[in-house]
Amino acid sequence: MIGLDEVIARCRVDRVELVSWIERAWVLPSRDGEAYVFSETDVARVELICDLRRDVEIDEDALAVVLPLLDQIYGLRRTLNRLSEAIATLPEPARAQLREALRKSQREG
Amino acid sequence: MRNPYEVLGVARDATAEQIKSAHRALAKKLHPDLHPNDKDALGKFQEVQAAYDLLSDADKRKRYDSGEIDESGAERPQRRYYHSYADSPEGDKYHDVFGQGGGHGFEDLFGDLFGSGAGGAGARRRASIRMPGADVSYTLRVPFLDAANGARQRLALPDGKTIDVTIPEGTRDRQTLRLKGQGMPGIGGAPPGDAYVEIHVEPHAFFTRKDNDIHVEVPVSLDEAVLGAKIEVPTVSGKVTLTVPNGSNTGTTLRLKGRGVLDQRSKTRGDQYVRLKVVLPDAPDAELEDFVRRWAPTRKDDARRKAGMTP
Repeated sequence: MIGLDEVIARCRVDRVELVSWIERAWVLPSRDGEAYVFSETDVARVELICDLRRDVEIDEDALAVVLPLLDQIYGLRRTLNRLSEAIATLPEPARAQLREALRKSQREG
Repeated sequence: MRNPYEVLGVARDATAEQIKSAHRALAKKLHPDLHPNDKDALGKFQEVQAAYDLLSDADKRKRYDSGEIDESGAERPQRRYYHSYADSPEGDKYHDVFGQGGGHGFEDLFGDLFGSGAGGAGARRRASIRMPGADVSYTLRVPFLDAANGARQRLALPDGKTIDVTIPEGTRDRQTLRLKGQGMPGIGGAPPGDAYVEIHVEPHAFFTRKDNDIHVEVPVSLDEAVLGAKIEVPTVSGKVTLTVPNGSNTGTTLRLKGRGVLDQRSKTRGDQYVRLKVVLPDAPDAELEDFVRRWAPTRKDDARRKAGMTP
């Protein structure tokens, strides 16, 4: 697993800032006693926050809005993917019925 | 790998500041975690990053310009972007951490969809959606006397249902009645919406309504006007006897107290005003003509003087 120092070495972030992101729950590493332990997902998220802060120049206040929205979208994507997978296992008549209902709601919407 | 100047869309002699702002604009547009569905975005973004790595470093830029290194001289190691984690179960811990605003976890959403908690934790944490039904509006044409006296009328809804609408006594034109619970059904056990029915009162052949008073014009014959009479006149609640005093004229207005419409707030009734209109017999009447021929020369008054039409 990956420690705080390695994340700082790999990403464009210093200790103070990274800890502040952890405190804001933007990054959620697990704990091993006193030490933080980062998964690859956590590191990728640190890199995403770095990109948004440095390259896109989103300030911390705006990021506090943007990040939850991104998380909601990813949550919805996950949900939709699981729904699609569940639908794929249904018998064809049920899928046809669903397609028809969706077509109808699209016309009405 | 394309020419890094072209990738960023800047001139060969662009300043460091121009390169930085071009990069910022492209990063906003192309960041793969902002566009997880766009397959091209990732490749383009990596190209942009590589170009920027090269051109933002004064030393590398000089070496590239002088041909010492090629475009890929500063290629970054393959990075696995956040979205590739976020779309897998590993990302789930982040999609729920912001509580209030988000929290649409799998169980919550499907609990809503299928009307029962599809799973443990999610279903316990959040109740499924309860949404009161929407209100609906209709208009209903109501005959004049039904509005004045109150009635029940059947309203056919667009969906084929009918509802019985009680029109209270004294209902006014454009008054809106609220039918509680007759709107769209609620979701998840929430109450249905209300139906709002705007009443359009149809005009009547001879009654008109002003506030809670009824106005009606009643024809009287010459003899009734000259000699006085008891006549029957219609009111909104049936016929009543009215005493026409002798010497009444067209325009004479008589009041029938309490024969108007019920005021819904004060529960008192308005009045009915009867305006008389003297009418001559339809067919010429030889006897009447004879009498008037003898009678007229004895009269001195000028019918138009009072109206100021004679100088």
